[in-house]
Amino acid sequence: MKTGDNVVLEVSNLKTYFFTRRGVVKAVDGLDFHLRRGECLCLVGESGCGKTVTALSILKLVDSPPGKIVEGEIRYDSLDLVKCSSKQLRQIRGKEIAMVFQEAQSALNPVLTIGDQIMEQIMLHLPLERNEAQNRSMALLREMGIPSVERVMKSYPHQLSGGMKQRAMIAMSLSCDPTIIIADEPTTAVDVTIEAQILGIFRSLKEQRQLSLIFITHDLAVVAEIGDRAVVMYAGKEVETAPVSEIIANPRHPYTAGLIRCLPDISRPADRLVSIPGFAPNPVELPGGCAFHPRCSEGMPICSQQAPPVVELSTEHRVRCHLYR
Amino acid sequence: MKQPDTDLLDVRDLKKYYQVTGGLLSAHVGDIKAVDGVSFAIREREVLGLVGESGCGKSTLGRTILRLEEPTGGNILYRGMDITRLDRKGLRELAREVQMIFQDPDASLDPRMTAGDSIGEPLTIHKVGNERGRMLRVAELMEQVGLDARQVSHYPHEFSGGQKQRIGIARALAMNPRLIIADEPVSALDVSVQAQILNLMTDIQKQYGLAYLFIAHDLSVIRHMAHRVAIMYLGKIVELAGNQEIFENPLHPYTEALLSALPSCKPKARERILLRGDVPSAMNPPAGCRFHTRCHRVLAICNREQPELVEISRGHFVACHLYH
Repeated sequence: MKTGDNVVLEVSNLKTYFFTRRGVVKAVDGLDFHLRRGECLCLVGESGCGKTVTALSILKLVDSPPGKIVEGEIRYDSLDLVKCSSKQLRQIRGKEIAMVFQEAQSALNPVLTIGDQIMEQIMLHLPLERNEAQNRSMALLREMGIPSVERVMKSYPHQLSGGMKQRAMIAMSLSCDPTIIIADEPTTAVDVTIEAQILGIFRSLKEQRQLSLIFITHDLAVVAEIGDRAVVMYAGKEVETAPVSEIIANPRHPYTAGLIRCLPDISRPADRLVSIPGFAPNPVELPGGCAFHPRCSEGMPICSQQAPPVVELSTEHRVRCHLYR
Repeated sequence: MKQPDTDLLDVRDLKKYYQVTGGLLSAHVGDIKAVDGVSFAIREREVLGLVGESGCGKSTLGRTILRLEEPTGGNILYRGMDITRLDRKGLRELAREVQMIFQDPDASLDPRMTAGDSIGEPLTIHKVGNERGRMLRVAELMEQVGLDARQVSHYPHEFSGGQKQRIGIARALAMNPRLIIADEPVSALDVSVQAQILNLMTDIQKQYGLAYLFIAHDLSVIRHMAHRVAIMYLGKIVELAGNQEIFENPLHPYTEALLSALPSCKPKARERILLRGDVPSAMNPPAGCRFHTRCHRVLAICNREQPELVEISRGHFVACHLYH
């Protein structure tokens, strides 16, 4: 893995397992990626592929038990977050690495006003007085394109619409000027017109503040709109990593290619959609060899016997598939 | 796509209001006008797509047509017969011909009933054939929707999300209906599985000669499935036209904005119309045109007068002052 000067976060060989009564779920199983300053890295995959667990692992928010980071390193600055004490982590969470969740309703505290929640976060991490924290909160909400900021500051979460809550949560995540924001499906629960607004906010944050973004989504069209690079995940493993333009135009892994083909095309309707047969495997009984082989259109005898290694097609394009060995 | 002509379903000025009560004596303080004067028709074998954002009333509309909600006003005609005030017995007869597919198969399937029992339940209720005949029919339905008939005695939790949706489809097909109301049938599914279910729904539509009212928020799914498309905003239809017409020549500013907001794998160098603000509350909808508070092409008249849905060109209806 390349470690240029611009890398702000580097995840190596991350393994997060869940020890359940039905067996061990290898939610993340040997994941490598890095995040550069000012870039948006998308983690893409379908439900259960491990993308959310990856995000939670970075902030060590995985419920333990049953979950545990069993191996790997997460390098941030000179620290390995996996080995950090909970005191060190409290300094980092929310201040240097902040998170935006899918469901703003359940991520916000229902009994505190939006203003109090943002100010609490600011005063926890920064040496500011209450009125300074208040001014900072209002400026952030304004930056999010919220019209009547005074009213929103005094509102409780249930009094705001879904899009407004999502914006308030993004404002909160920005409140201590973090280096990295991890956004977990931030537009999945909102309507398309609101989604377009929120993607616009993230795009300008990246450009104006040089923020590094980890953007988790299942929607390749969203990836194409916002991402610089993407890591496609399947059954806890990276299957392909490449710049977004390349992954969309020239996907190399059969799973990535399938995901792109099965999206209905609005400009060119077809009689039938191409689909990927079958469904995501049971996480406690993953198929042997390549976990995707029972659904793969290009399957070969070796695929059921041997797990494919990662192949570097170029410095920026990696794929985990026997086709390219 | 041939367009047959008989109207299977004719909805006229349908209204569904929910009373809002408040205060000590639970006084009636207002109405949420979820569906507020909607008219449209579905022909035999036609797929009508109904699109809109959350809270626009599209699901309520679907449920009201099936009489899962009591309409507040207007009429619903099924094959010329007024079903707006049908009694229980009449509704049971109607259920032979009009069925529903729900968004979340986890919520719509009884977790204590086997796949076979769920699929066969309509046959039992309507006393179709004998037990053996019903079993054969269930097996046939399972094969038709791509399920393994040997899994007939499995419970819902033993199936994946896509398979559960197949069970829901098989159950809807059991009585050989003519019209299926499908409320966001693929939005809870992963994209790879979504394509399988959409293909299945196309196949059975052709095979059974079904008509669908296909409710979805995802325009690309509607583009793929529908013959005609209705766009809904805050309880009203704002535009209705043929599939190709509405996607290539959208007239209502809201339709334009929806289309331009759609994320795409091929982001074009296009002007994106960003709508201001959020959808207003259905309890206090804006006066005049309900969209005027967010419209990028608003006129002086828009906050005073409600535009009617009128036919601008053949088969293309729009409710907007720009075209009146």
